[in-house]
Amino acid sequence: MKRIFVDLHLCPNPNEPDCVKRMVTKASQLGYNLIAMSLPPNFVKERGQWLQGLCSEAGVDFVSRADLKSRTPGELINGLRKLRRKFEIIAVACESKNVARQASKDRRVDLLNFPALDFRGRFFDRAEAELASKGLAVFEVDLRPLLTLEGPPRIRLLSTLRREVAIAKAFRVPVVISSGVQDESLMRKPREMAALASLFDLDEASALKAVSENPAAIVKRNKQKLSAQFVAPGIRVVRRGKDC
Amino acid sequence: MLKRLKRRYLAVQIDSAEKFSQKEFMDAVWGSLSKLYGEYGASRSGLAPISYNEQRGLAVLRALHDEVQNVRAAVAAVTKINGKPTALHVEAVSGTIKSLRNITEH
Repeated sequence: MKRIFVDLHLCPNPNEPDCVKRMVTKASQLGYNLIAMSLPPNFVKERGQWLQGLCSEAGVDFVSRADLKSRTPGELINGLRKLRRKFEIIAVACESKNVARQASKDRRVDLLNFPALDFRGRFFDRAEAELASKGLAVFEVDLRPLLTLEGPPRIRLLSTLRREVAIAKAFRVPVVISSGVQDESLMRKPREMAALASLFDLDEASALKAVSENPAAIVKRNKQKLSAQFVAPGIRVVRRGKDC
Repeated sequence: MLKRLKRRYLAVQIDSAEKFSQKEFMDAVWGSLSKLYGEYGASRSGLAPISYNEQRGLAVLRALHDEVQNVRAAVAAVTKINGKPTALHVEAVSGTIKSLRNITEH
């Protein structure tokens, strides 16, 4: 079966339609089948429809993504309550330990994202992984800093990522590799992203899963949950009418 | 008896508005490879240029079979050639130059 390649983190400036167009076209050229774009929580529905149309023209599926940046666990819970039904993908930027812990145990969170440059702010440790393994949250690695950094910061980032990926593997937390880029010049093919993941000791099979099966599974699960037929996990409406 | 060396050929597309000479291109790839894996790692890759088409922006590189993933990572990590923003994409990997040409020409 042919692999579906997914990039769950494109973040073009939403006020630059040309940049968005170029990135969508590039994603299609590079062989992606599904992309997610980071949208502001207050985005208007027409904008989403425009993006959907743009992506279908380019032959790529589109899903919306919200990045939650909360200072406290309470703020995160409120954000999730407001946004979960509006977006297919919810990522949490874990900037404090409390928020990271809350995000990893909350089943409404899809992706755990950690700041690339603040090494003290990366809270993906064994406790975090254990909580995430019991929930649905997935560890997301953005590859943009690997391309833009050089020298000691990149060495430190690689060493941190190597440790975190090993922890994720030990606790069977799925890993998702995303680009996290703001313009098309830093976009790479899915197999190149998988090759870059070998720098932090992710084997080829797992790296390919991280750009295809793992993100595709999140999207599939959430699309089912957001559909009108969904009632509860394991229960869905098969038919409506008087004869049921 | 020495084991036969298995090689792979990579077609690399240069994604940039600028044109670069073969030397500039190879310097960028070698630079990226040695930055990521060091001189020892780079020396184990068996990297060598086979052909370079400046007009099409297409290069064919040779690498050892076991090192293809490392070379692919190094190629992907190139963001600039001669200070100009550039992306390199591996279009195809093949065991023979002939089949690689078939892939890249179609």
